[in-house]
Order: sequence, then C-alpha cells, then structure tokens
Amino acid sequence: MMGLQAYLTLAAVVFGIGLFGVATRRNTIGILLGIELMLNAVNINLVAFARYSGSEVGMVFTIFAICITVSEAAMGLAIVILLFRIRRTVMADHLDLLKG
Amino acid sequence: MMADSGRLALAALLLPAAAFLILAVAAPFRRSGRSAAWLSIIGAAMSLAAALQAWRVFDGATTRLAWNWLPAQGKPLATIGVLTDETSTVMLVLVSLVSFLVQLYSLGYLSDEKPQGLGRYYAYQSLFAFSMMGLVLAPNLLQLFMCWELVGLCSYLLIGFWYQKPEAARAAVKAFWTTKAGDVGLLIGIVMLWRHTGTFDFNEMRLMAANGDLAAVGLSVITFCIYLGAMGKSAQFPLHVWLPDAMEGPTPVSALIHAATMVTAGVYLLHRMAWLFALTPDVLLLVAWIGAFTALLAAVLACVQDDIKRVLAYSTVSQLGYMMTAIGAGVSAAGFFHLLTHGLFKALLFLGAGAVIHAVGSNDLAHMGGLARKMPQTALVFGVGTLSLAGIPFFGGFLSKEEILGSVWAGGLVGPFALLMLVAFLTAFYMFRVVFLAFFGPAKAGHYEGHARTAAAAHYVAQGSADAGHHTDHAHASGVMSGVSTHGSHEHDPGASMMLPLWILALLSLAVGIYSTTAGQILVTIPAEHEAPGWLTPSAVGVALAGIALAWLTYQRGTINAASLASLFGPIRTAALHKFWIDDFFEGVLAAAALAFSRLVGWVDRYLVDGVLNVLSAWTVTTGDEMRTIQTGRVQDYVYGLAVGLLLLLFWVRWSLT
Repeated sequence: MMGLQAYLTLAAVVFGIGLFGVATRRNTIGILLGIELMLNAVNINLVAFARYSGSEVGMVFTIFAICITVSEAAMGLAIVILLFRIRRTVMADHLDLLKG
Repeated sequence: MMADSGRLALAALLLPAAAFLILAVAAPFRRSGRSAAWLSIIGAAMSLAAALQAWRVFDGATTRLAWNWLPAQGKPLATIGVLTDETSTVMLVLVSLVSFLVQLYSLGYLSDEKPQGLGRYYAYQSLFAFSMMGLVLAPNLLQLFMCWELVGLCSYLLIGFWYQKPEAARAAVKAFWTTKAGDVGLLIGIVMLWRHTGTFDFNEMRLMAANGDLAAVGLSVITFCIYLGAMGKSAQFPLHVWLPDAMEGPTPVSALIHAATMVTAGVYLLHRMAWLFALTPDVLLLVAWIGAFTALLAAVLACVQDDIKRVLAYSTVSQLGYMMTAIGAGVSAAGFFHLLTHGLFKALLFLGAGAVIHAVGSNDLAHMGGLARKMPQTALVFGVGTLSLAGIPFFGGFLSKEEILGSVWAGGLVGPFALLMLVAFLTAFYMFRVVFLAFFGPAKAGHYEGHARTAAAAHYVAQGSADAGHHTDHAHASGVMSGVSTHGSHEHDPGASMMLPLWILALLSLAVGIYSTTAGQILVTIPAEHEAPGWLTPSAVGVALAGIALAWLTYQRGTINAASLASLFGPIRTAALHKFWIDDFFEGVLAAAALAFSRLVGWVDRYLVDGVLNVLSAWTVTTGDEMRTIQTGRVQDYVYGLAVGLLLLLFWVRWSLT
C-alpha cells in the first residue's frame, strides 16, 4: 500500500511534464497534448484525495472532469483544424496576430 | 383734476412707461409702425400736459412720493418714487416737451422707415422718455443711478438704430463704453457716499449737509467720483470723444438725447447735489477748469468740421463745458438755467439741421448753399437757434450765457472766464459759418444733382428691399428721393409734422429770450449775490458780434480768404482736424493695453495650460510605446507569464500569510 504522497508526487510530475510541453512545443497539437496531461494530473490528485478521505465525491468529480476533457479535446482539435485551413500552419510561434 | 404736483409728475413719468410696455409686449402692434408711433406720441403729449400742469401747480413746497423698495432693518435701505421741487418740475417740462416734439418730428423724418423699424424706434423713444423723467424725478441716488443707466442704454440703442451701418454700430458701442467708464466712478461715489452718510436720499443728505453733520474728510474723493459720472454723461474732457460719433444716429435722436436731455444729465446731477459739492471747493475748481477747457477744445474742433451735425455736436460739448464751469464757480443755478435754454435752442438747431439733411440728402456743408431761398422757414428757425446759441440779446441763450459769465467772474475764476469769452467768440463764428455756408451764398449742386445722385440711387437699389432706405442717413434720404426724383428740386421746407416742432421751439426760444432780456430771471431762481460788473454784457455781446462779423467777412463777403484764415492757424488747425489726437490716443492706449494683456493670456495658455497637457500626453505616448512590446502575441509567452504569476502567488501564500 503506497501512501498519498506517492500519488501526489506522480500527479505533480505529470503536471510538470504537461506544463513543459505546453510551454515549449511549437506544434499546437503538442500543446493540446500537454494540456491533457495537466488535466489528468489534476484528476489523479482528485482520485487520490478521494481515496484518502474516504469520500466518493472526488471520484464523481473526476468522471465529470474526464467527460469535459473529452469535449475540450474535441473542441481544441476542431479549432486547430480550422486554424490550419485558414493559416496553413499550426505552429504556435507563427500565430502572433495579437502582437502589440 | 389732481392738484398735487407730485402725483402729476408721477403721471407724466408713467405714461411713457405704459406706452413702452405696450409696444414692447404687443409685438404685432409694434410692427405696425405708424399706429405704434401715434401711441407713443399720444403718450408723450399726455405726459407733456401732466408735466406742464405739475410745473404750473408747483407751489414752492417740495413734494415727495416714495414707496419702500429695498427692505432693511428699521427703515428701508432705499425708496423709489418721485421728488418734485423747483429744479425737477421745470426739467420735467423740458424733457417731456422736447421728447414730444422730437417724436412728432420723427414721424416726418423717418417717413420711409420700414414699419418694424419705426415701431422699434418709438418703443425706444418711449423708454427713453420714461428713463429720463425717472432720472429727473429721482428722490434718491439709487433710483437716479438706475435711470442713469437706462438712458445710457436708450442712447446706445438709438445711436445704433441703423445697426446695419458699421459706423453706427461702432459709435453706439463707443458711446456706451465711454459713458460706462464714467458711470463706474459714479457708482463708486454713490456707494462711498452711502457709507459716509448712511442714506441714498437727497433730502436726508441735504439736511445733514445743512446741519454740518457731514464730515469733510474723504468727501473730496466722493464728489470727484460723482463728477466722473457726470463727466462721462455730459461729455467733458477727456470723456467727450463719444458725443461727436453719436451723430451716427438719426438726427431727431441727436436732438433729443445728445443735445437737449441725456447729455445734460451730468449737469443736472451736479446741480442737484450742489450743496454737497459746495463742501469740496477743490473739486469745484477742477470742475470749472475742465469745463472751461472742454468748452474751448470743442469750440475749436467745431470750427473745422464740415459735417453740419458734427458742428452741432461739438457745440453741444462746448455748451456743456459752459454749464459745468458755472457749476464749478459755485452758481449751479446759472448752469441749470443755461441747460434749459440750451435744451430749447439746441434741439431747434438739430431738428433744423435734420430738415436740411432730409432735403439735401447729405450731412456735408459742401453740398449745401443758398438754401435760404429754397427753405425760407427752416432758414428762419435755424437763424433763431443760431442767434440764441451765439448769445445775442432777445434770443434764448443770451441771459443764461451772461449769468454763467457773470458767476464765473464773480467766483474769481479769471482763467476759465477768459477761456469762456474766447469760446463765446468761437461759438458765434462757427455757427454763423454754418449759416452762411448752408443757407446763403451760391446754391451748390446739391447731393442729388451731381454724380453722387446716381451713385446714391444705385446704392439704394443695391441694398435690396430688405434694408433699403435706412441703411445710412444718406441712403435714407436718397431712398425717399429716388422715388420722387422726377419732380426737380427736392430742397424745400419739410412737411407739417417736421415744421411744427421747429416753430414751437423757435417761438419758445424767442419768448424765453425776450422775457429774460427785458424782465430778468425766468424758470430758475439764481442767487443774486454775484452782481456782474457793468462791462460784462456789452463785452460778451461784442465778442459774439465780432465772431459773427468774422464769419460774415470770411464766408459771405469773401473779404477774408477762408484758406488764408485757416493757414493763419496752421498747427492748431491740423491738430483740430485730427481731433487733437485724443481719439487716437485712447485707441492707441487701449489697443496697446489690450494687446499686452492678450499676449500675457496667450503666453499662459500656450505654455502653461497647453504645455502641461502636451507633456502629459507625450508621456502617455512614449510609455505606451514601451509597454506594447510586452504583448508578443504568442500564446506560449502568455503561458510563461501565467506560470510565473502562479508561482509568485504560491510563494506569497506560503511565506507571507503564515
């Protein structure tokens, strides 16, 4: 039986990997993948705390989060596809229309 | 019939006010023109009847009708009402008489005015009659000041009656501002006098002065301030510059306001407060010297004018100087007597000049000549006025002039006396110059016979129907004439509505002259302690006759060449032609002051107000330019920002809150 800390450490590592991906990947798809990792790190946290506290609310919340993540991924990919159609690129550093 | 002179005077005061209110409120009636004129004339006639009756029943006892006006603790601060005494009743008659005659005369003079304009003119005339009578009858200084400003307003409105004409509008503003400069002094004087005595009321102040309750300390400043007001209104040097320009108004207006009544308000005020001025002999001395100097200055100026109305205007200034000198000599009743006779014969002269201008279509003496044959009646009445002004026995101005000269001599003012004798000579000279140039000598081409006629007619047509015929005094007359120009000569005596006032004024001048020459004092009681020396009357008349003779030799016989006479006075003549540069001086000083002040204000606006704003806006722009580089537009830079911000927040939570 592993302690709560192991789960939290795993979640933190996964979150860190996700954040690194979001911050460094040039490809928009890669950024989306990073976001998925960060979301799932949070899910791990929720499940771990739920088990630790003995309450099911965290589990239920995780189910909701997964559902929403799926729709978010669908939306994100759709935006990327539209973006590719318009700009013929999905590289994040080419998309700087808001430059001041 | 009401027998009380106070109530009659009140009626005389309120009748023109009622006429004015009706004309002011009932706009369609006012725009009807002639019926509005008749309403005003009937109001003036009834007012004249009431004033005459008030004068007739006046029994020597001062009547005072007053209503409380400004409430205060104890007794009211100021009252409003009428005060009738020997001075105000006779002045009331003069004002209502000239007012009525001028309104009657205007009916003929302004016969081709548009109905709207005529209605406006008569509304102003009624307002003026009311204001002037209110001034004359005022029982206290506050009401007097209010009416004083009202007559100033009427003067402004009537000078600028032909406001489409730039010179008229300019002259109106000049008159308003110049008199206003004096009025500021008057207002300050009134307030200071109130602080000194605690009342505005003439009777109360007079009682205090008689009982010796007035402290002499500081009184000189007060009387000087009040004199400043009189200086502006009565066109004394150096505030005389507005009166000649005021001739841009219609001629009947010049007769009423700028000769007979309003400009004499200053003299009237000083006569009213003579007991106060008597306490400050140094101010009186100043009044006398300035009066005499003004008289001489204006008389010299009158000699070089070619515009008949301007000659009369300068003559008015000169005669006002005469009156002021008498007041300065301490015999204000003599000045007031001259005011009354002058009001009659100067109104006569102006209205006569108006008839001439109406006939000839020009103000310029060069366009006149030989008019005595064409306009015998006008020539006759103008001659009566001229002889009155020159101070010839049996004519209006004779005794009043003698009284002034006598009182100035008796007052020991030798300098002003000498100036006034010189003025008497010049007065006779310049008036007879006008008479000989305009009424005798060869008939000039006249304004209509020459090339100017077509020009004037073209001008008239060019004005279009909107403002035709009254655009200038000039075009006004030519407007009449262009309609009837096929009838040959236009130079004939005017119609009855213009001739009747002339005859009335001429006969009154004559009657006053004959009565005063043979029987002595009339209208005014002049204290008799200043017995004039026996040589005075012959020498004054002799001086006047010498002036007439010089004018006759120069302009009628041609014995003396006018040009060589002029060259004899080379520098003086040049200076007079430039109005002694007084107008230029004022304009220069005022322009320089205005420019300097504008430059200062401009500098503050440009460098302080605008400067602060410019610096602030420049800062904003540069700061914005610097800050915009933070916004790269790349999503990942924002993610870095987000992460760093979150970390900072976590550190803050971890280390600062615990």
